[in-house]
Amino acid sequence: MSPADFVAARRAAEQKDHSLRDKRVGAVEAAELVRDGDHVAIGGCLYSRTPMAVLREVLRRRPRGLTLSRSLMCYEGDLFMVAGAVECVTTSWMGIGLPWGVSRTLRHCVETGQVRFDEWSHLALGLRYRAGAMGVPFLPTLTTLGSDLLEAGGARTMDCPFTGEKLCLVPALFPDVAVLHVHRADRHGNAQIDGYPHMDADLARAARVVILSAEEIVGPDELRRRGDATSIPFFTVDAVVEAPFGSFPHECFGRYHADLDAIGEYGRAVAERGVEATDEFLERWVWTPQTFADYLALFGGERLDLQRRRAAELLA
Amino acid sequence: MTGPASPWTRDELLAVSASRLLRDGKVVFAGVGTPLVASILARSTHAPELTIVVEGGVVGPDVKAGQLPISTNEMAAARHAMMLTGITDTFLLAQRGFFDYGFLGLAQVDPYGNINSSLLGPRERPKVRLPGSGGASDIASLCGEVFIVTVHERRRFVERLDFVTSPGHLGPGLARREAGLVFGGPSRVITDLAELDFHPETRRMRVRALQPGVSLALVRERTGFELEASRPGALAPPTEAELSALRALR
Repeated sequence: MSPADFVAARRAAEQKDHSLRDKRVGAVEAAELVRDGDHVAIGGCLYSRTPMAVLREVLRRRPRGLTLSRSLMCYEGDLFMVAGAVECVTTSWMGIGLPWGVSRTLRHCVETGQVRFDEWSHLALGLRYRAGAMGVPFLPTLTTLGSDLLEAGGARTMDCPFTGEKLCLVPALFPDVAVLHVHRADRHGNAQIDGYPHMDADLARAARVVILSAEEIVGPDELRRRGDATSIPFFTVDAVVEAPFGSFPHECFGRYHADLDAIGEYGRAVAERGVEATDEFLERWVWTPQTFADYLALFGGERLDLQRRRAAELLA
Repeated sequence: MTGPASPWTRDELLAVSASRLLRDGKVVFAGVGTPLVASILARSTHAPELTIVVEGGVVGPDVKAGQLPISTNEMAAARHAMMLTGITDTFLLAQRGFFDYGFLGLAQVDPYGNINSSLLGPRERPKVRLPGSGGASDIASLCGEVFIVTVHERRRFVERLDFVTSPGHLGPGLARREAGLVFGGPSRVITDLAELDFHPETRRMRVRALQPGVSLALVRERTGFELEASRPGALAPPTEAELSALRALR
């Protein structure tokens, strides 16, 4: 399916099972929905609401030839690149975080030609997901006009049929799979996000398959009490995974703050040793821990509690 | 200029100079780092009703001293915000025309204020891959007025870019307008050596005023292209009040 094939995307949505069924599965089973060569769109942004629990299981299946897309890509992109899972990264920015500079692993993989870096502006990428979410082949915008970014990524320009002004057209993005982490979901896949919504609601609508992990699975009646807070409707969702601390060491707004020591440890290691360091962290964070509980145990309960308290303080 | 004996750091000088461009009652789209620090400083000095917008989707945060965020998408950047919305919708507010100011940093800038933050060397196989645009190209395209803030180095101020990530004036005259950007554009460049602006017709960068202790010759030496400068003024040094407000944030 070409990225902007809105007819095929609509057919796929029509053919989904739209019933209110129980979609709860474990992270391992959910990860089986990702196939080699898929375009996998990742929810959250940088180190906020990264769906770490499910991404870890996707990696453990040793996929090949994936395209990963995300609004701002954090080190999960490094892990996928060094694991040999990725051909192309589609994003507006990729790094670890401001204090740690550009990742040497990213530089190595892109500069040696192992991975293609498909760069869009933040809004252009957001509008690509939005066009997908709307079921149309493109959206017009004014952003990036006159820049090299416009044509490098495959956007086009046209003269507006109403005003004659020049417009940038960005093609819709219909990911094969979206992987999202949210605060609350019911067993059917209705989902609520607190704090930053990022681009998740558009990803859920644009993707062919949606894997959702949630800090908490609540009963459908409890979810209905705050229907206004539901931003992802169940019929877009294919799998629901219960994953408390499912973004850790990245943050989940209001629940736990990012563990910047853990992120910084990775950042410093990569600044010193590049790909070799990413490989070590793959071993430590992905290959060795058999389950997500084993993974969280690496950080320990005290660190989880500390970040929970810091989040509460910031909301106070 | 900042030397060992200087009572302020280079980053402090940039933040103070940038903050002075921000007027009260306006809306500024600020990234983390110097732009956010400059915006918070402006709010605590001369522009208490300046509204800060952060790319992650935050309108009007009240960032706490000692808790400066390092990402535009983390809880610390959203403290006491008036509104939290999606990233795409935040940029669409810029496209709609509500953001008076935007800030940009850079790896390279050319005489027309076009910016590269994508890559160095050939496009297909870059010699250096940089993190990328993020929201920079959107800010450059869509905000009312754009301020470029950077350390002044010859390798950054180049006649020709390897890649145009963020559109400035694009070229002489109406180049920006002809590309379809019917508004906005860079108006000032703030560096640790000078404040620069753009000639209204040639659209090339020119020196407007010098930072304390800096000579025009030094600015020229650290710039990789020809700079116009008729009679540059002098920027006032950071005041005690500005420096203490700034240091209270850290």
